[in-house]
Order: sequence, then structure tokens, then C-alpha cells
Amino acid sequence: MTVGLYRAGDTVLHRLPVGVKLFGLAVLSVAIVAVRGPLLAAGFLALAVALALIGRLDLPSTARALRAVLVIAFVVALLQWWLFTFDRAVESLLDLVSLALLALTLTVTTPTTETLDAVVRWIRPLQRFGLDPERVALTIAMAIQALPGTLALAQETRDAARARGLGRSPRAYLTPFVIRVVARAHETGDALKARGLGD
Amino acid sequence: MPELRFEAAEVRVESPDLDGERTILGATTLTLTEQRIGIIGSNGSGKSTLARMINGLITPTSGRVNVDGLDVARRGAEVRRRVGFTFTDPAAQLVMPTCVEDVELSLRRTVKDRVRRKQVALETLARFGLAERAEVSVHALSGGQRQLLALAGVLATEPDVLVTDEPTTLLDLRNTRMVGELLFSLPQQLVLVTHDLDLVRRCDRVLVVEDGQVCYDGEADAAVEHYVRTVSEP
Amino acid sequence: MTESPTSTDETPTTRSPRLDATDLALVAAFAALIAVCSYLAAIPMGGAGVPLTLQGFALLLTGALLGPLRGTAAVALYFVLGIAGLPVFAGHAAGPGVFVGVTAGYLWSFPLMVLAVGLLVKYVLRGRRTNPVLVFAACVVGVVINHVGGIIGMAVVLHVGLLEAAAFDAPYWIGDFIKAAVAAVVASQVHRAFPKLLARRA
Repeated sequence: MTVGLYRAGDTVLHRLPVGVKLFGLAVLSVAIVAVRGPLLAAGFLALAVALALIGRLDLPSTARALRAVLVIAFVVALLQWWLFTFDRAVESLLDLVSLALLALTLTVTTPTTETLDAVVRWIRPLQRFGLDPERVALTIAMAIQALPGTLALAQETRDAARARGLGRSPRAYLTPFVIRVVARAHETGDALKARGLGD
Repeated sequence: MPELRFEAAEVRVESPDLDGERTILGATTLTLTEQRIGIIGSNGSGKSTLARMINGLITPTSGRVNVDGLDVARRGAEVRRRVGFTFTDPAAQLVMPTCVEDVELSLRRTVKDRVRRKQVALETLARFGLAERAEVSVHALSGGQRQLLALAGVLATEPDVLVTDEPTTLLDLRNTRMVGELLFSLPQQLVLVTHDLDLVRRCDRVLVVEDGQVCYDGEADAAVEHYVRTVSEP
Repeated sequence: MTESPTSTDETPTTRSPRLDATDLALVAAFAALIAVCSYLAAIPMGGAGVPLTLQGFALLLTGALLGPLRGTAAVALYFVLGIAGLPVFAGHAAGPGVFVGVTAGYLWSFPLMVLAVGLLVKYVLRGRRTNPVLVFAACVVGVVINHVGGIIGMAVVLHVGLLEAAAFDAPYWIGDFIKAAVAAVVASQVHRAFPKLLARRA
């Protein structure tokens, strides 16, 4: 689960700082949503495709990553066509695909750790408001570490509920699951304190 | 060896069922200076509470606990720097994604330079036979390796005392022996809470805790015998 | 695990609103919980294609159990993980894409939703937080905020009126009420198991 969509590479987009990329995505996204008309929407899609090519996204994995978005975009476009006009439908379809492709390009060209490091860096000026970047970094690391464990805990408690013949009731496994998540967090907190890291 | 001193230390918690307080550990007065101290007792007897008080994870409701004269309730941070603690379930105490990062986390306070910190962390892992697992996810380790990593993370900072709460309860026989060997080869003072009677026989002094009271305190074999007898009685 | 009482709060000399190690561990654990609940059993549904997951359940639970400050922090952390590219969003999606798509409005409303539920449970319900009916009422407020956010988001991204957007959103109310009910039951039981969870300083 900790494996992301990132693909190693050495393109311009890979080398661009993550902050610039996120800012660029935000600006382009607002522009795509704000600007009307199917022609301009096609222009934005061309730009998105160009960026994806620069970032060397390969077709099969791009198609796989965008499959769900494409389905949604088509359904939405059909609705728009039915409710409004064909132009509106085309615009919606192109807009949604552009948005998804741009965001995917950023994800594919940016390693997870780089983004996380950047977040910790950006928090530094907030230190005076009591946000300690070191503690934020620690919390981020703990959350990533907790992902596979929490998934395993969910499956374990579900299996336990099933073994007792309670498999059909989500309550029978959700409560013990959440209780174990909370109990484990308390133990982790104690362990951090015991290691002198909470003071 | 450091001096662990309990002065009429007592722990009570508010009990929602009883409309009042419940005593987890009755007033306990002890001075521990031996190198290897074992604590045995039934589930819920208060032995974990006793162990947790040594580094201030639990502070006494009344009375005092001192580590070499430092009051754990007032100077918890200092005490915790000197007293390492590990828990039964290593999964709960490993907080970083990879082994080396987890050990580095422990060293954050003592080794400021990042490159040097990683080097010390790698050396520590090597000492615990985990050199090859340095960059591996903590979830990919076996149970025994996880417990070793938890111990490595705590011992990396070279505490004077190691308190370890049931370190072998979740392990198989082979791993129990491996962790046992490691614990008894440490130069530090060791406080070992355990259900493993073979392991506890190797301690210099053993406390038996029952119903929130230290009911026996003495030499290992006699303590184990006392414990087995109390369990056998109806 | 249940044998020892949870540790007492830090030494009495450090009484500040700062989050302690257990608070940080809880924030991390609930960010992971939201991620796992979004990841598990993602069923893409018709309509506007909003995937049906336990995500809403996890968010309501986060607010009801952690309170406003730590709850919102957990959501922020969840966002950070997702933006960084971990597949933690509904339907195994990752990256900032979900913040700009059709369903972006739902996502943007998460912090507000958790904040509202957290404030209600911590400061309005207080000792009555073990009562599932009252916790359900707090969760319903969260669900409403979430849907309003989703409707506004769809109206903006799809250039449709709020009424049309509300029509796209309509099929999801029933499912979310059920999730709110489950979250309320679970939250009230967890509060019973950990009476001090919300009594912590933060």
C-alpha cells in the first residue's frame, strides 16, 4: 500500500521543485474550471497531454490510473448532454480528463518522500504558532508506518468476527477494530514517551 | 548499578463502575540495586504498573519513585533518558517505516549530525544482527526480529537501565532464547517483567506481584517456587 | 494490553495546549484509519460516480473520538499522504487529482465536517458522548456539511446550478445516514472503552 504511482526519471518535470509543480497544478486547475467553451477545453487538454509527454508518462499505466476518472467523466458528460447541450457535455468531458491527467503527471514525476520533506519545510515558518516541524515529520512517518498495520488489523478483526459467526454485522468487527487502533495508538504514545521522544 | 527506589509508591485509578477509586498497586517500598531484577505475577497483578513507574510512564498517586535520586514524577524527561523501556508488542513501539529510520529516531536527541546518526544507527543494527534488514520495512520482519529491533531502538541511546515488559511473550522458543541471551549479556541494569520462569531464574533478585502487592521478594528459585505455589492453591 | 491503566498525563509542570506523544500517535493512527477505510471495499457507484467506501464512517469517527483539534489534524495529515502520492483516497486514487475532480467538493469539506463533529461531541455532548443517539445527531451535522460541500464542488466544476448538483448528490444521502449511524454506535462504544480519550488536554 505504500507503493505510490511515482516513476523514476530525469525529465524537466522530475527536476522541477514540488512546490512549483503544486502551484502550477493549482493555477491550471482553476483556469480549466473557470474558462468556458469546448474549444478552450480542448486547448487545455492538449496542454495536459503535452506535459504528460514531457514527464514521459507511459500509456498503459496512465490508462490504468485514469480508468475510474474516465468512467466518471463519461457518465457526467452523458448527464450534461441529456440535461443541457452537447457543447456543455464535451466541455465537461475534456475538463475532467485534463484535470486528472495534470494531477497524475505531477504524481508520477514526484517522489512521495520529496513531497513529504517539502511539507515539513513549509511548516517551518509556522513554528512560532507552536507547530514543530520535527514533530510533524515524526507524525507523518508514524502514519505511513501505521498504514500496513492498520490494514492488517482491519482484516484480523474481520476474520475474528467471521470466526465467531458475526461476519455479517459490520458493527461486530468495526468496534473491536477501532478499539484496537486506539489502544495501539496509546501504546505507541507510551513507547514514544519511554524513548524520551514525547517530552 | 543505579538505585531504583520506591517510597510507599501507590497507584490508584478512578473506576467508572465502582463510583470510586481502584487500587492498581498498593503502597510499595523497595530499593533495587541488583543488576538483574525479575518481576513475575499473574495477568493484572500490577507488575506492568510497577515496571512502568520506573521511567515515569505511570506516576504514583501517592508516594514517590526515584531513579538515582531523580523523582520520576518531577523529572520524567531526565529519567527517561536514563531508563529505556520496551513493550510486549513490538509492533506498537516501532514508529518509523524502515528499521534504520526507527533506530535513527531514538538517536535524534543524542546524535545531532544526520550522517553520523545514520552511521550509529547502522552500527547498532549490526550489533543486533539486523544489518541486512536496515532498509527493510518493519512489517517485513519476523516477530523475533521485531523484538530485537525494538530493543535496538531503545539500547541505541545507551541507557543505564533497561526495563522490558514481557519481551518474549509473543515469541517462539528459538526467538525467546535469542532475546534471552541478548538481555542477559547486557552490561546495563535490567528489570525484566515476564511469564517465562526459565528466564526469570537467571535474575539476581525476583519480585512476585499479586493483587497489587509485592508478595515475595528474594532470590530467584525461591521466588519462582513461591509463585508456582500461590497459583496452585485453590 | 488491557492489564495496565493508560499512562497518566505528562508531568504536571508541562501543562500547555501542546499535543503530547500519545496525541501525535492518535493523529497518525486516525490518518491511517481514514486511509485504510477509504482503501477498503471501494465500490464505484453510478450517478456522479462517487465511490462508496467506509471513508465517511472513518471521518465521522475521527471527529467524534479525537475532537476538533486532533481530528482536523488527522484529516490534514491524511491529505498530505494523499497529495504525496500514496494511494489513500477513495478508489485507490492518489495525488492531488482528487482535489480538482468532480468529487473535489466532498474532499474539501472533510476538515470542516470533522471540526464540526469534534466540536459538537467534545463541547456540547461532553459526558453524554457514550449515548449513540446524541452522537448520531452530531454525525448528521457532519454529513450535511459534507453534502453541501460536495454539491457546491459539483456546481463549480460542472458549471451546473446548485439544484442540479443537489440532484446528482441526492442518491448518497441514505448511505451516508447509515454510515453516520454505524459511526455513532462505534464511537459511543469506544468512548466507553476509553473514557479519557476526549478528556485529554488537546
